[in-house]
Amino acid sequence: MTWQSLITMSLGAILIENFVLVRFLGICPFLGVSKKLDTAMGMGMAVIFVMTAASAATWAVQEYLLKPLDIGYMQTVAFILVIAALVQLVEMFLQKAVPALYKALGIYLPLITTNCAVLGVAIINSDNGTGFLESVLFAFLSGVGFTFALLLFATIRQRLEFAEYPDAFEGFPIALVTAGLLAMCFMGFSGLEIFP
Amino acid sequence: MTNTMRQLKNGLLDQNPTLVLLLGMCPTLATSTSMTNAAGMGLAATAVLICSNFAVSALRKLIPEKIRIAAFVVIIAGFVTAVDYLLQAFAHDLSESLGMFIPLIVVNCIILARAEAFASKNGVLRSALDGLSMGMGFTMALLVVSAIREVLSAGSLFGFRVLPEAFPPIGIMAQPAGGFIVLGVVIAVMQAVRNRGKARPAV
Repeated sequence: MTWQSLITMSLGAILIENFVLVRFLGICPFLGVSKKLDTAMGMGMAVIFVMTAASAATWAVQEYLLKPLDIGYMQTVAFILVIAALVQLVEMFLQKAVPALYKALGIYLPLITTNCAVLGVAIINSDNGTGFLESVLFAFLSGVGFTFALLLFATIRQRLEFAEYPDAFEGFPIALVTAGLLAMCFMGFSGLEIFP
Repeated sequence: MTNTMRQLKNGLLDQNPTLVLLLGMCPTLATSTSMTNAAGMGLAATAVLICSNFAVSALRKLIPEKIRIAAFVVIIAGFVTAVDYLLQAFAHDLSESLGMFIPLIVVNCIILARAEAFASKNGVLRSALDGLSMGMGFTMALLVVSAIREVLSAGSLFGFRVLPEAFPPIGIMAQPAGGFIVLGVVIAVMQAVRNRGKARPAV
């Protein structure tokens, strides 16, 4: 892999095809934990970690279990089980090994199982049929893109507390409209090319 | 009978999973670009909801407390796989345009939430009915959002032209940004309707 293709891939995963704002994956945590910057940061880190690890694990399951046994129809079941088990494992490992990080991530770790970005990246990788390194790298970069969007959104939402808007927009609606404006900004990145 | 009606109304309005409980945002935003996609997504999720609620409720006394979430997820994933393959066989175009959001029904929070909150505590028939009413609520929300987006971005409903050619299409409504904004406004209208009658807080 050349450094050009690496940069193209990073731009694609983080800006052009941003997981949250363009592909609509991982909206629930995006809206749920973006009220404060520090929790958003914790969630972002946890998602990057789990997405990277999960794409490695699901790649192995796909190559060495589903393909040889010719049971591709078990993909969804197998992937979600692997992800759930992995999240559980990461949780137990962090609890023992890095208690500080475990405390910081708190409730967000178990919640990642139902984050569609994690299953989404595994399915995208298997659809594209990419190799191990590329799959893991793509998952990592997509996680970075998720965190980037989450942090941007969290900083805007902190300011929203002092904004005035109609009562009916209290809570989720105003957050969704804000996310819409942010998504509009990200539309500007579409078609971005550095190495044509 | 009245109980049945109440349960249905609950899913459609008072406890609408998308517009009131705010669950399952990803598929709502991603598949509401056209009414055909929205109807397909809504019905697929409804089928999974009814089946998974039925199965979870039937097995609720056999599933050990500690691993119940994992068991629910496996049950749901099984039905999602079945729906995925049925769509590929009998509605190929729809399955193509919904793409990865079909397998992603597994992580739709509505389904796991109903399994945990309702089906694991209630009888088989009531659980299946709950699946139906929640599924219809989800489908209705999807249809409302997609109707607005499709009319404004293409001037059509279910692919049929309803606005005159002279109407300028608003391209952004088919884009992700339009999805966020339309859903936000729809939820705001829902909140305004529900708040009506409640006393306004003193300014």
